[in-house]
Amino acid sequence: MTTPPVTSYAPSVEELHSSDNDRPRGLLRWLTATNHKDIGTLYLCLAATTGLVAVSLSIVMRLELQSPGVQWLVDSSGAPNGQLYNVIVTAHGLYMMFFVIIPAMFGGFGNYFVPLMIGAPDMAFPRLNNLSFWLFAAGATLLTCALFFGTGPGTGWTLYPPLSSIGHRDASVDMVILSIHLSGASSIVGSINMITTIFNMRAPGMTMHKMPLFVWSILITAFLLLLSLPVLAGAITMLLTDRNFGTTFFDQTGGGDPLLFQHLFWFFGHPEVYMMILPAFGVISQVISTFSRKPIFGYLGMVYALVAIATLGFIVWAHHMFTTGIGFTAQAYFALATMVIAVPTGVKVFSWIATMWTGALDLRTPMLWAIGFIVVFTVGGVTGVNIANPAFDVLAQDTYYVVAHFHYVMSLGAAFGLFAAMYYWLGKMSGRQYPEWAGKLHFWGTFISANLTFFPMHMLGAAGMARRYIDYPEPFSGWNMLISCGAYLGAVSFLFGLGVFAYTLLAGRRITEANYWGAGATTLEWTVSSPPPYHTFTTLPLIEAPPLASSEANGIDVRRPVSG
Amino acid sequence: MMRSIDKLVVALIVIAMVLVGVAFAAFSFYDPIQAAFYANLERVIGVPVEWQFNFQHPFSEIARSLHRFHNFLLAINIAICGLVAGLVMVAVWLYRDSRHPVPARTTHNTPLEVVWTILPVIVLLVIGTWSFSLLRKTDFPPQSDVTLKARGNQWYWTFTYPENGGIEFSSNIVPDDKLAPEQRSLRLMAVDQYVVLPVDSAVRILVTASDVIHSFGVQSLGIKKDAIPGRINETWTRIEREGTYYGDCYELCGRNHAFMPIGIEAVSRQRFDAWIADARRRMTQGLLPSVRAPTDVARAEP
Repeated sequence: MTTPPVTSYAPSVEELHSSDNDRPRGLLRWLTATNHKDIGTLYLCLAATTGLVAVSLSIVMRLELQSPGVQWLVDSSGAPNGQLYNVIVTAHGLYMMFFVIIPAMFGGFGNYFVPLMIGAPDMAFPRLNNLSFWLFAAGATLLTCALFFGTGPGTGWTLYPPLSSIGHRDASVDMVILSIHLSGASSIVGSINMITTIFNMRAPGMTMHKMPLFVWSILITAFLLLLSLPVLAGAITMLLTDRNFGTTFFDQTGGGDPLLFQHLFWFFGHPEVYMMILPAFGVISQVISTFSRKPIFGYLGMVYALVAIATLGFIVWAHHMFTTGIGFTAQAYFALATMVIAVPTGVKVFSWIATMWTGALDLRTPMLWAIGFIVVFTVGGVTGVNIANPAFDVLAQDTYYVVAHFHYVMSLGAAFGLFAAMYYWLGKMSGRQYPEWAGKLHFWGTFISANLTFFPMHMLGAAGMARRYIDYPEPFSGWNMLISCGAYLGAVSFLFGLGVFAYTLLAGRRITEANYWGAGATTLEWTVSSPPPYHTFTTLPLIEAPPLASSEANGIDVRRPVSG
Repeated sequence: MMRSIDKLVVALIVIAMVLVGVAFAAFSFYDPIQAAFYANLERVIGVPVEWQFNFQHPFSEIARSLHRFHNFLLAINIAICGLVAGLVMVAVWLYRDSRHPVPARTTHNTPLEVVWTILPVIVLLVIGTWSFSLLRKTDFPPQSDVTLKARGNQWYWTFTYPENGGIEFSSNIVPDDKLAPEQRSLRLMAVDQYVVLPVDSAVRILVTASDVIHSFGVQSLGIKKDAIPGRINETWTRIEREGTYYGDCYELCGRNHAFMPIGIEAVSRQRFDAWIADARRRMTQGLLPSVRAPTDVARAEP
C-alpha cells in the first residue's frame, strides 16, 4: 500500500461516538442531514433527477426540430406554439445552468470528497450545509412550478428585459427569479462553508500546496460563486422590481437601459460557466493522475492556471454582448481579455497529456471519460477562441455556432467530468463497483452520439440558422435530421448510464478494499473504507510524506516506505 | 523502446490526423455543395444551402474578409485539435499499462512548460492583430448617402429611408399557405415587402426596436446588430451584386421569433432611384411602395 501514513495525533475521540446514537434514522436522517457524505449523496440524487428532466426537455426540442414545419408544439388551433417552445428552451437552460452541474459537482462531489481529501471530519458548518441543500431543492421545485404557471417563462435562461419584463406579464418570470434567488443563496452559503473548511480544517501537514487539485478547483469555484452571485441577485431583483414595483432600471422610457441588465447578468454569467467547468478540471486531474499512476505534471502550474482562469473569468463578460452596439474600444478590450484565457487553459490541457506521457495507462472507464474530455474540450475551446473575435462574432452570434461551442464545453466537457467522477468514486461512496463492460459501453455511446449531435451544429450556425427557433427554412433540414438522430442515441446512452448506476447501487459487485484503483490513487479518500464510516477522521491523519500530487513529489519512489 | 509495430502505429496516427485535418480544411475552404448551388443560379440569392459545410456565400467585402479570417482561424483550430487528439492517441498506444507497466516519475520540464505558454500567446497575438483590423472595418462605416432604418417589432420589421422622403413600410413573413408556388423553397424566408437597396454603394443601417430586443442579421452580407428599444445601433454594408438576400431576427423576442425574416432586394443605382421616386409618389397617394416579389422592382418607372 502506498497511501500516506495515518498517525494518531489527537487523543482518540472514539468514546464520544461509541454509542450508536450519533445519527438520526429513517426520513429524519435525510431531512436533517448534517453529515457531509449524506448531504453529498442528497445533492447527487436530486441533480440526477433534474438532469433527467433537463435532458428530456432537450429531446422534446430535437423532436420538433427534426423536420422543418411545426409538428408537435402546436396550440389548439394548429398554429405553431412558439411560446411553448421558448419555455422548453428556457427550462432546459435554467435547469442545466443552475440545478444540474453545479449541484452535482460542487454540492455533490464537493461535499462528499473535499473533507475526505483534506483529512477533515466534516465541513466547517454542517447545519448550514443542510440549509444549502434544501434551498437548492426548494429552488428546483419553484422553477418546475414556474414552467406550468401562466404562459410560462419564454425568455431564454438569460432573462433579457424587456421580453422578461413587459413581454411576460404573469407571475411565471417572478417565480423563476425567486427560484434563482434560492439557488443563489444555496450556493453562496455553500461557498462560505467550503472556503472555511478548506482554509481552516486541513489535517496537520496538509499545506495548501499539498492539496489535491480537485480541492483547489472546488476552492476556486467557491470564490467565483461568492463574488459573482450577489451581482446576479442584484440584477434579477432589479428585474423583479421593474416587473412589479414600477421601477425602470431596464426601461428606457423611465431613463433605464436594457443593456444594463445584460452587463450585470453576464458579469455573473461568465464566471458561472467557469464554475461549471472548474470542478470538472479538478476531477480530470485526479482521474488522469490515478490511471496514469503518475503525479500530475506541473502541479503548481495547474494550480495557478486554475487561479488565472478564474480571475480572468471576471473581466471578460461583454464578449456575450459584441453585437449589442458597445463601442470599438470595449469590443477590442473584451476580445483581447477573452483570448488570454486560452493560455492557462492550454497549460492545463498540455499538462494532462504530459501526465499521461510515459505513465502506465490503465484504460478503465473513468480514464476513458477523462481522455475523451481532453479531446472534446479542446474542440469546444478552439471554437470559443473563434467567437472571442468580435468581427467574426457578427457571423456567429445567436446562431447554432454558439450553441455548438457551449455544448461542446458543457455537454461534452462538464458532463464527461461528471461521469468520470461518478465512475471513479461510485465504488468508494457505495461499496459496490459498476460492471466494467457497461461503463465502457456508456462512454462510447455517449461519445459517439454527443459528437454526432453537436458537431453538425457548427455547420448550421455557419449557414446562418438562428438560435431558439421553433422552425427553420428547408435548407437547414439535412443537418437537423442528423442532429436529432444523434440526440436520440444520446438519450438512450444517458438512460443506459443511469441504469448502470442504478444496477451498481442495487446489485453491483461488493468492494472490500479502501483503495480499489491501485497504486495511482494517492489522495486521502483512498485510505478510508468503501463505503467510508459515517464519521471519518475522528482521529486526524498526520500527513508526513508529500502526496504525489504536489510540487515536492519529484523523484520520490512511491514504494519507499515513509520513515516514522 | 519503440518496436517497429509502435513506429507504424504512431506514423499511422500522425498521417490520419494530417489527412483528416486537410480533408476538413479543404471541404470547408471550398464547399462543393455551395459551389454546385451557386453555379446553377439564374439570379443571385443569399440563402443557406442544404448540407452546406461553411458560411453562406459572401456578397460583400466584409463578409468575404470574415470568411478569409475564419479560414485562418479554422486552420489553427484543426492544427490544435489534431495535435491534441494525435498526442492523446499516441500516448494511449505507447503507454498503456500492458505495454508500459512501469510509470516514469517526471513531473516537470521547464523548457516545455515555457514553450507551451509562450507559443499560444504568439498565436493569439497574430489572431488579435488581424481581428482588430477587421473590427475597424465593421465598426467604422464609410461615407454613405443611403441610410436604411430597421425597426424590430413583435413580430415584423419596419423599414424607413430617412433621407429619401421618409418612405416607410413594414415587412411581414409570407405565411406558408400564402406562398406562391415558385416561392415554396423560400418558406420562412419570403416577405411581403422587400427592402430595396442599391448595389455598390455603402448603405448605413440604423437598427432599433419598438418593444423588446430583436437583432437585424443578414448572413450572406456579414451584418448583425441588435435592435434594442431606446437605442439606435449603427452598422453598414456594401452589396456587390444585384440579387435577393435573406436574413433573420437573431435575438429571442417572443412567440414568433422564428417568423420575422428580412428580405433585401439589391438593384442598380438607377433602378433604386427610380424605385425611390415611385415610392414617394405612391406615398403621397397613401399607398405602400409595394415590393411584393423581387421582380417587382424591375417594374418601377425610371
